[in-house]
Amino acid sequence: MSESTKSSRWALWLPLAIFAAFVVLAVAGLLWPAQREVASAMIGKPLPEFNLPAAVPDRPSLSKADFADGKPRLLNIFASWCIPCAVESPQLAQLSAAGVEIHGIAIRDRTEDVSSFLARNGNPFSRIGRDDVSQVQLGIGSSGVPETFVIDGKGVIRYQHIGDIRPEQVPMILEKLQEAAQ
Amino acid sequence: MIAELGLAALWLAAALAALQLVAGAFSLTKRGEGLSGVVRPVAVVQGALCAVAFVALILLFIQTDLSVKLVAMNSHSAKPFVYKLAGTWGNHEGSMLLWVTVMSLAGGFVALVERRLPEPTMLATLAGQAFVSLGFYAFLLMSSNPFERLPNPPAEGQGLNPLLQDLGLAFHPPTLYLGYVGLSIAFSFAIGALVTRQVGPAFARAMRPWVLGAWIFLTLGIAAGSYWAYYELGWGGWWFWDPVENASLMPWLAATALLHSASVLAARNALRAWTVMLGVVAFSMSMIGTFLVRSGILTSVHAFAVDPERGTFILGLLAINIGGALTLFAIRAATVTEGERFALTSREGALVFNNVMLSAILGIVLFGTLYPLVTEAFGQKVSVGPPYFNPMGALFAVPMMFVMAIGPLLRWRKDRFARIRGSLAIPLLISLAVATGLFAGAAIGALPFIGISLAAGLAVASFLPLKGRNLRRTPLPVWGMVLAHFGIAVALFGMASERAFSTEKLVAARVGQTTAVGPWQVKLSGVRPVAGPNWTALEADMFASYRGGTPVEIRPQARSFWSPPQMTSESALVTRWNGQLYAVLGDETDDGRWQLRLWWKPFVPMIWYGGLLIAFGGLLALIGRVASDVRRIVARDKIAYRRTRQGR
Repeated sequence: MSESTKSSRWALWLPLAIFAAFVVLAVAGLLWPAQREVASAMIGKPLPEFNLPAAVPDRPSLSKADFADGKPRLLNIFASWCIPCAVESPQLAQLSAAGVEIHGIAIRDRTEDVSSFLARNGNPFSRIGRDDVSQVQLGIGSSGVPETFVIDGKGVIRYQHIGDIRPEQVPMILEKLQEAAQ
Repeated sequence: MIAELGLAALWLAAALAALQLVAGAFSLTKRGEGLSGVVRPVAVVQGALCAVAFVALILLFIQTDLSVKLVAMNSHSAKPFVYKLAGTWGNHEGSMLLWVTVMSLAGGFVALVERRLPEPTMLATLAGQAFVSLGFYAFLLMSSNPFERLPNPPAEGQGLNPLLQDLGLAFHPPTLYLGYVGLSIAFSFAIGALVTRQVGPAFARAMRPWVLGAWIFLTLGIAAGSYWAYYELGWGGWWFWDPVENASLMPWLAATALLHSASVLAARNALRAWTVMLGVVAFSMSMIGTFLVRSGILTSVHAFAVDPERGTFILGLLAINIGGALTLFAIRAATVTEGERFALTSREGALVFNNVMLSAILGIVLFGTLYPLVTEAFGQKVSVGPPYFNPMGALFAVPMMFVMAIGPLLRWRKDRFARIRGSLAIPLLISLAVATGLFAGAAIGALPFIGISLAAGLAVASFLPLKGRNLRRTPLPVWGMVLAHFGIAVALFGMASERAFSTEKLVAARVGQTTAVGPWQVKLSGVRPVAGPNWTALEADMFASYRGGTPVEIRPQARSFWSPPQMTSESALVTRWNGQLYAVLGDETDDGRWQLRLWWKPFVPMIWYGGLLIAFGGLLALIGRVASDVRRIVARDKIAYRRTRQGR
């Protein structure tokens, strides 16, 4: 067998080798999904001015002033029509049980729907504002539901969590709250 | 009832695919020869059953049957009819069902009509097609059942992504799918040919119409997708090198290379192993592209749709299908006898060059698309964009287009460059004249400069193959080639011109104020709220006048959908022969002015006209090829008929 046929036989395995490298890469990508946290442009900035009416009768309305009493809080953007929001409710309940005060903003929602959502999934919120045109939502740099913001005692956005809070992420959120308290 | 019927049809089709695989593979052995009669009918019935399942899903969406989970999640009773229809495939499960439907119908059709190949190769091909389908059936039935019922049906559905509520996009994914999945036939032909070691002109001729058909749909799908992104996303760009776009470009590049190498194999019986490999690679690129998009490992904004389990499943399928095919290739290709030889200066030589360049571009796009995944594995986040893709792609695209102008003029096997030097003088002079004019007239970047000069010469050169021919007797495939190559020149001109000459204005305008952009004067005369079937919008009333001519009314909108809530911008376009005015309405400022974004993009529509020309050229070639196949079959049947009569 001549040299050239040997080398061309070797080359025939090249496509398979490239594909194998792709598979290894893809497996790695699936097993260790990348940190999908998107750094918000609003982090480190104060909340925008807003004053939202109450979303449900049994919780008061929400405005920027409710964040400026020196205590760090969570601001949760949710909606009754949002399935991941229902999925994250046990985590919010857990945070609330740990003494965290959570304010909510209901996006494009109806009073009766929010009430029944809270009746079904529990109500961890101390105040809930309703944002019918996504005005505040867009103003604080959120584009979807659910999202959760850590707001420090001066009303400054310290952390943005995109998507639902998974059970394993609760300690991380608590840590961010502690950082915001310092 | 319909849902259960659809599910039953899907299970039956999957069972038949299993039968097709076993019978097809077994019939290749000595003992199993008796089974060979089963394979073709099974393939046909399998295709029909799968079509029944897909029609069932369409009916469920048309009726908005909310007891079906998929309908409840993706449809809404208030949605216009055409979007209910499009909702069928505007989601993961439905699009996967569409995928296997197209695949099994194509397999059934091949089983019905293809008689040129040796029967063992056909049986191996159909077994291969069944093998690939079977994986997708398993995927659908085990992890993505589109017919799943809900125990407590909701009162109303959750709607379809409002970005998808657009006619162009409603029919964009199925077009691309026809292209992706059409390539599965080429893949199976390659498997069949590798199994039986029958790689020759007959194999290339059998495969070619399928590659052409798939390539036409891919071309249309990419052009339509690009135009959709252009007017719907409101950024004024027409190609973003986004993974989703690259996923459709990569199979196109591979299919384009395959189309050309199959021509060499059909005409000259050369490039055997290379053509087989491209047959495998083209469909592999379709599957890899679909995997990258569906698994979500490359999209990163909101992680809601990401389902690692599904990604793992598709990856497993990929590993089996592509890995298996490439292993078969590596083992068998060495035993595929070498084809005819040819000189470097010849039609074959030019086509090989084109193939190498296309493969290089494919490699660049694939690498660029996967690179973020590589760096992420090392904890770094990067985004690869135009600064990488444009110059790297051009590095290979520019020489390729030079050779594209020359190649069709060369003779097969062996030619002298001196023979065609005279014909090439005209396009070369035109290129140089345009380049000189550009150099003197405008300060533009290097890439657009090369692009426009090259496009001018190429546009002329693409018609040179018609020189000296009787135009009436010129075969359709030659016309197809001429038009497709001309389309490349037209599209290239549009791309380069958009890049070189676009002007942009971002203003906060008061009602009544006039803004100048390029040769246009655009007056904002009012903004008012309007309502659609499932959205409300702010609509700007604007009058645009070109060089002081009669004003044209345009109405860009900022739309808010409520189910699910999402904002989209509906840009407004004014198309002239020499370009497009593009207007987008933004937010209101605190002092009551409106943010307007205006672009004047000279010759930008040429990009998509070029795309249409390319697809139309492909269509002509396809018609020409199929017509001559049909003539050949009819003639053969006539001879056979006469023989049987004489025999009596």
